[in-house]
Amino acid sequence: MRSLVIARREFFAYFESPIGYVVVALFSALAAALFFLVGDVFFSYNQASMRHFFSNMPMLVAMIAPAIAMRSWAEEIRSGTVERLMTLPFSLGQLVVGKFLGVWAVFAVALLCTLLAPISVAMLGDLDWGPVVAAYVGTLFLAGAGLAICCFLSALTSNQIVAWMVGACTLLVFNLVHLLASAVFIPRWLAEISLNIDMSQHFHALARGVIDVPSLGFYVAVMIISLVANTLILSLRRHS
Amino acid sequence: MSVPSKVVVQVKDLHKRYGDVHALRGLNLDVYAGEIVGFLGPNGAGKTTAIKILSGFLAADSGSASICGFDSETQGLEVKQVLGYLPENNPLYSDMRVVDALNFIGAAHKLSGAKLKDAIERVVEQTQLHQVYWRPLGHCSKGFRQRVGLAQALLNDPQVLLLDEPTNGLDPLQVVEMRKLITSLGAEKTVIITSHVLPEIEAVADRVVVMNHGSKVMDTDIASLASEQLIAVELHCSVDAFKAICSQAEAHIEEMIVANDSNCQAMIKANGNASELVSRLAEAAVANKVQVANLSPQGHSLEHEFRKICQNDGGQA
Repeated sequence: MRSLVIARREFFAYFESPIGYVVVALFSALAAALFFLVGDVFFSYNQASMRHFFSNMPMLVAMIAPAIAMRSWAEEIRSGTVERLMTLPFSLGQLVVGKFLGVWAVFAVALLCTLLAPISVAMLGDLDWGPVVAAYVGTLFLAGAGLAICCFLSALTSNQIVAWMVGACTLLVFNLVHLLASAVFIPRWLAEISLNIDMSQHFHALARGVIDVPSLGFYVAVMIISLVANTLILSLRRHS
Repeated sequence: MSVPSKVVVQVKDLHKRYGDVHALRGLNLDVYAGEIVGFLGPNGAGKTTAIKILSGFLAADSGSASICGFDSETQGLEVKQVLGYLPENNPLYSDMRVVDALNFIGAAHKLSGAKLKDAIERVVEQTQLHQVYWRPLGHCSKGFRQRVGLAQALLNDPQVLLLDEPTNGLDPLQVVEMRKLITSLGAEKTVIITSHVLPEIEAVADRVVVMNHGSKVMDTDIASLASEQLIAVELHCSVDAFKAICSQAEAHIEEMIVANDSNCQAMIKANGNASELVSRLAEAAVANKVQVANLSPQGHSLEHEFRKICQNDGGQA
């Protein structure tokens, strides 16, 4: 698969600078801190369950995904290397998918580092690993959707900070849009839409360890739409 | 220089706009196999835009460009496989080591294993990168970075090389080295090089295409330029007397600059030995008892034309 050449370059580029290590460390530390320390939920339940751990994931992903994806295109545009990249024998689609797979792999490494949490829980009690694995798969898809959106937004600017801010705001909106449904003045059809496009709503079942195919399908659809939009942006850049 | 035979780069009626700026206005060009063609022009002439379209980085608004028979718009992948491209300012991944950058570009060109190793050894030898092979690009000097850019462009052993301002920012010694390298590459490849510096093009190219305001204003062989010297002539006489003197000296008036009853200034084209023509003009002036204010060779017609273009645009070159 040609895109893997780009993905490999993207993945290793993150770990050439401190930013990759900082993002991975921050993500695992935050995930663990929110689970074990905040609100004392884990210890008060007195159950070997990771449900609360995964319920924090939509918000954590909304913070971390923009930080991982912000440089994907913005830095290439700023430094001019986008010209080198776009004149190599790759289609625009291959470049976009390659970049996306690279940042997705970075997130996967960050997610792997959180395995210390379930391992610790398993040492404290009898942890059912089935739902944990399923929730990890769900988190990967949730992050995939968030990263694809942020890669697309990164292609709109040459400034990484702008890409991060716009990405974080966009993902926050996609995680909080369900709140519209509870507003009395919102028509029912709009409330339904707001529930259906909310990324955190689709994660409820996955956080419980249920492989919810429609929710996974939603995340895959978000990925495809974002990657196609990203390709279109690059194509427009050629014609600008 | 090999004998031009096959057209490898063909540009037809190429137009490109950036908003209100018309960067290319119907560029037409044929480049033959084995030629080194220099795109010359002041900043903003459209040279880089033409190169970017040929490389596939930009799309033209209208017209077509093909390389080795592949259309740059509809057969972009095929074009990129036969093309080596060194963009202006040579953007590189500073976080990578030279070896990693070469491996990445090689992999992008579907090279692997022994083929990739051989290709890297070849370009490292061609561009003399041994010294910085393991060094991060961010720690390399401008000259070495430029060589790495060129090595990347050569990794797929391309038939056509596009070099956009390859000596930009190099010190004089590095410029000489880069020129030697480009000339040696021209022995086996078709090369298109851009520059806004005339001696640069004269030093490496077989043919020069002068561009201004997005159009081609001159397209000529460098070899033929040597026989087209210009001479600036200023005589204190009437126009008729001036023409008579030129006629006696068998001189062709290229351009009349000032013409009145007491003073005439003109550019005379010498198709041959310029100093002989200067002598003939001087003798004819003396014979006609006309005072000579100026009679000096000005270099070849390209230099004159290019100077005029640059003066009209504010004199950047």
